[in-house]
Amino acid sequence: MVTDKDVSYVADLAHLELTEDERTRMLKDLNSILGYIDRLNELDTTNVEPMAQVASRLDEGGATSGTEGFAYAMRADEPRPSLPHKEALRNAPASDGVFFKVPKVIER
Amino acid sequence: MNIDLLTVDSARTAVLEKQTTATALVDAFYKKIDAEDAAIGAYLTLCKERAYQQAARVDALADKGDALPPLAGVPIAVKDVFATKDVRTTAGSKILANFISPYDATVVARLEAAGAIILGKTNCDEFAMGSSNENSGFHPVHNPRDHSRVPGGSSGGSAAVVAAGTAVASIGSDTGGSIRQPAAFCGVVGLKPTYGRVSRYGLIAFASSLDHVGPFGKSVKDTALMLQQMAGREPLDSTSADVPVPDYLDQIEQPVRGLRIGVPEEYFGEGLDPEVRSAVEAGIQELAKAGCEIVPISLPYTKYAIPTYYVVATAEASSNLARYDGVRYGARATDGKTLAEMYRRTRDAGFGAEVKRRIMLGTYVLSAGYYDAYYLKAQRVRRLLASDFDQAFTKVDAIVTPTTPTPAFKLGEKMNDPLAMYLADIFTVTANLAGIPGISIPCGKSRAGLPIGMQILGKYFDEPMVLRVGHAVEHAMAG
Repeated sequence: MVTDKDVSYVADLAHLELTEDERTRMLKDLNSILGYIDRLNELDTTNVEPMAQVASRLDEGGATSGTEGFAYAMRADEPRPSLPHKEALRNAPASDGVFFKVPKVIER
Repeated sequence: MNIDLLTVDSARTAVLEKQTTATALVDAFYKKIDAEDAAIGAYLTLCKERAYQQAARVDALADKGDALPPLAGVPIAVKDVFATKDVRTTAGSKILANFISPYDATVVARLEAAGAIILGKTNCDEFAMGSSNENSGFHPVHNPRDHSRVPGGSSGGSAAVVAAGTAVASIGSDTGGSIRQPAAFCGVVGLKPTYGRVSRYGLIAFASSLDHVGPFGKSVKDTALMLQQMAGREPLDSTSADVPVPDYLDQIEQPVRGLRIGVPEEYFGEGLDPEVRSAVEAGIQELAKAGCEIVPISLPYTKYAIPTYYVVATAEASSNLARYDGVRYGARATDGKTLAEMYRRTRDAGFGAEVKRRIMLGTYVLSAGYYDAYYLKAQRVRRLLASDFDQAFTKVDAIVTPTTPTPAFKLGEKMNDPLAMYLADIFTVTANLAGIPGISIPCGKSRAGLPIGMQILGKYFDEPMVLRVGHAVEHAMAG
């Protein structure tokens, strides 16, 4: 069971504030969805490896040719051109033309 | 020229044979959009300048008598989760309401290089999270076949423009059914290729191990022509597969006689609308008449797909959406006094209810003490779900199911019950978890005239088989 305290803790981790109404609703929804998710515990998965992504599976299963080792997914760690400075700052909510500006982090 | 009848092939031919010009086509489509889209709400942004520039390039080629690229002059729409250079790219979210992308997604660049003309960006559920398009941060989309009903989601706008004829074809993203489910609801064809078949570079990430890019079209052949230009290895997406791209039209018209078609019992059980059942069974009958062997199969872990999906997808989403913090791009709340307060207020104001719900759920299942019980557990069950398909595909060439348990539901019907909304994806999430290709094709209508979709699933990289079976059903049902 998710509690009010859990909702506050998780909201904090997720950088969300949430209004009182949102918290009430969130508590109800999380419990309803997690209750449904609990049916996964009907399965014994002791000897099943976690599957984090599809690509690793294509590699091991021989489902297709040309994917051996996924060596092609690796590239040399070399500098490459990136967005021009001006372009990268174009969407910034606040900038001084050189840096992104944010509220003061350290109080003196 | 009646633009409602245009297909990918006929639009290009019309330009090639000088029956019209690309510029005239763009004019005609914008006129139709101006007249008809307000009632549907499928477009969020029109990119007229870009469209007319591209049309002028195509017309210049046609004037010179040069060879035209494969999608020359084809007016398409792009779901607003794909980055489009110098064009607003919102992901359906208020937090990106004024975001102008500095670069193009790979699929966008490829389709334009192939001559396609991008008319605009289509509405969607916020960050592609939803099954009805009602989670758009801007406005909902109405189903062109019945305006009181949802178009499905999350790529609701991209399905609706093809159904309404306000674009010839379109692209969408599919994380748990977001191409196939709206295709079924709107009565068009929607294709989710194999994971890794199409580059995700420039697709705004929702759940990276489940996100797929694919086309919508009026016919199976149109989606094949679109995929042909979209598919292929690209280094900017390290999960894009280094597997040769076949000619997707090569086998599309081959007879289906002798193919083994699996029909999984778990997709025809409780909760399936009787009209959907009989429509899909009629489609299966057509395959039997065409000489396919219909093989009853079982995919025993199916009932665990939705719970698995909502752990994996929300966990990945909570991580992917951490970047929206009001610092580098996107909206920023101005009332935060400290940095942490600025983050929280920005995210509180910028995200809608469903996005917050998924971030919360995803953060919860990844948090200390729950990681093993939820996240790792779901990843283990994900492997079981994938192995269900491995075993099935030793016995059959393709699998046929309903795309959705019901036809399009009413706007507002499921908005207060997130779990009921999640169950709209019950037949589509399995292909995302496994990474196999799937297509939804129109397969009859309900008595009320609502479209019904049939889903065809194939082996990894066997899009040619999925297209071939889809084409056969499409033509049998039309005949």
